[in-house]
Amino acid sequence: MSTKAIHAIYDDDEVLVSAAKKIHAAGIHVKEVFTPFAVHGLPEALHTPRTRIAIASFLYGCTACSLACLAIWYFMVSDWPMDVGGKPNWTLYHNIPAFIPPIFEFTVFCSAHLMFWTLLFRSWILPGVSPKNLDPRTTDDKFLMLIETNDTDKVSRLLKETGASEIKIV
Amino acid sequence: MFKEASIREPLILGDKISYHQITEDVVRPIEGKANNMWWAAFSVAFIAMLWGFGCLAYTVGTGIGAWGANKTVGWAWDITNFVWWIGIGHAGTLISAVLLLFRQRWRMGINRSAEAMTIFAVVCAAIFPVFHMGRVWMAYWVMPIPNQFGSLWVNFNSPLLWDVFAISTYFTVSVIFWYLGLIPDFAMVRDRAKVAGNKMNEMIYRILSFGWSGRVKDWVRFEEVSLVLAGLSTPLVFSVHSIVSMDFATSIVPGWHTTIFPPYFVAGAIFSGFAMVLTLVLIMRKVLSLEAYVTVKHVEYMNIIIMLTGSLVGIAYLTELFISWYSGVEYESYAFINRFSGPYWWAYWCMMTCNVISPQLFWFKKIRTNLMATFILSLVVNTGMWFERFVIIVTSLHRDYLPSSWTMYSPTWIEVGIFVGTIGFFFTAFLTFARVFPVIAQSELKTIMKTSSKMYKNKTDNHHH
Repeated sequence: MSTKAIHAIYDDDEVLVSAAKKIHAAGIHVKEVFTPFAVHGLPEALHTPRTRIAIASFLYGCTACSLACLAIWYFMVSDWPMDVGGKPNWTLYHNIPAFIPPIFEFTVFCSAHLMFWTLLFRSWILPGVSPKNLDPRTTDDKFLMLIETNDTDKVSRLLKETGASEIKIV
Repeated sequence: MFKEASIREPLILGDKISYHQITEDVVRPIEGKANNMWWAAFSVAFIAMLWGFGCLAYTVGTGIGAWGANKTVGWAWDITNFVWWIGIGHAGTLISAVLLLFRQRWRMGINRSAEAMTIFAVVCAAIFPVFHMGRVWMAYWVMPIPNQFGSLWVNFNSPLLWDVFAISTYFTVSVIFWYLGLIPDFAMVRDRAKVAGNKMNEMIYRILSFGWSGRVKDWVRFEEVSLVLAGLSTPLVFSVHSIVSMDFATSIVPGWHTTIFPPYFVAGAIFSGFAMVLTLVLIMRKVLSLEAYVTVKHVEYMNIIIMLTGSLVGIAYLTELFISWYSGVEYESYAFINRFSGPYWWAYWCMMTCNVISPQLFWFKKIRTNLMATFILSLVVNTGMWFERFVIIVTSLHRDYLPSSWTMYSPTWIEVGIFVGTIGFFFTAFLTFARVFPVIAQSELKTIMKTSSKMYKNKTDNHHH
């Protein structure tokens, strides 16, 4: 028996979410769903793990903040202390109020940009990458569910029952 | 599914709304051809931009002496325009970031164009300080780069350097925020081109869309990144104009040395930014037939923000004026007497009329829901906010501590040309954007179609009654 892919098209996001719940409950693994927008409730219905990208961003921010402090300490205190407007830079902690703006900006800069690049590389969306959605209508108004199975009859029946408008076996 | 209260006014109009209809309405300008009005506007803007480039080239070739700035008024037209453009930029980030955190659904009709406006405005703003450096090819010296000049580092005590960090962070973070939202929308344009067999468009939008496919995990990450970017951009919006205000507030010039500057500048920035959003969006919704997505309700919400921030700005003006007298510092009080009754009195009163009196008209619902009145008032506010920066900068400098140095300032045609050029660039960029980019964040808008569109609201109402 060979494994076949089933492409099921749904027309409505609410139907899709309830279908995903039923299919998951029936013990069938949904390989992928392509949707034109973020359908709320769908990741939960498919038990998609939470993304940790915000944690990554926080860590980038912590690193950037420490780096900025270190760099400013080196520039302004260690390497070439300047007395500007009677504000001598003997230690970092004495003068840190003046350095908060660039430290803050550098922290935000790194956490935002590195998070964005993390998204691009983790999802592999980069210039020149070929799109993987199986039907061009899934960026417009259709929702495509991809299931790989041996028992196409049973799965197709379930998909039809849950409200799929088109079913294609590849 | 979440249901919105039926008494809340719909954000998407139209009797036959569907996901596909939103797609059709958003891609229409991209797939269609530009009309003569567009070409006329584009040509005028493009010529103005070229004129600005010419004036910039002349400035670089001749030196800053080509400008009207002098020893007393060392900062004038350029910094006025810099602060004006930076302020305009603030509305885009406010709409996309702050309103996202506050879950304001009405931002979705306008966030894309407002963010585009932010990016173009920040580019215009950056031109002024960069070219004021004189030797513009040495602009990279603002970065702390190891060098051969006795390890001479940039001065991290200086607000001018904070500005470099603030504006470059603000600009680049705004760009990625904007682009992230564009990726799924470009994918939509790409797939339509594929179906229509338009090879050229398919190739362009395939590159622009980074191969976006709309998988579940992609959307989970997309939403998380949008939320975190909004969280990061919110303090950024407030920090940027606070830092811009510190360029003035940390000096000892009477009229600048003021602790209320940061909140006062931030309120002013949002005030002028929303006015510029209205100027652009009111034309755009008409020309691109997007009245169903940018409704009168959207305009009214923005007018309320203008009224609020305009009143804050008004309070700041009056506080400054009161404190200059109450402080008993004669330099300070002279600076303000000179502002409203000195040789630049006309600039001060223009600022007062445009910024303090005119937004109060929005207390009337008839006025704030009238598109023509809104359009005119948005232009008035933008004029007023330009004069505000002119008043703060030029009138404070032209008569400071040393009366023998007192002088007047007037711009040269080169300076005026550069300003006209930035306006030309702004509109050239915006008009191009309106033709080749999806001007409405359609993938985001589709998520609120069922809760906030007129048609669906009527449907659910019928269920209940």
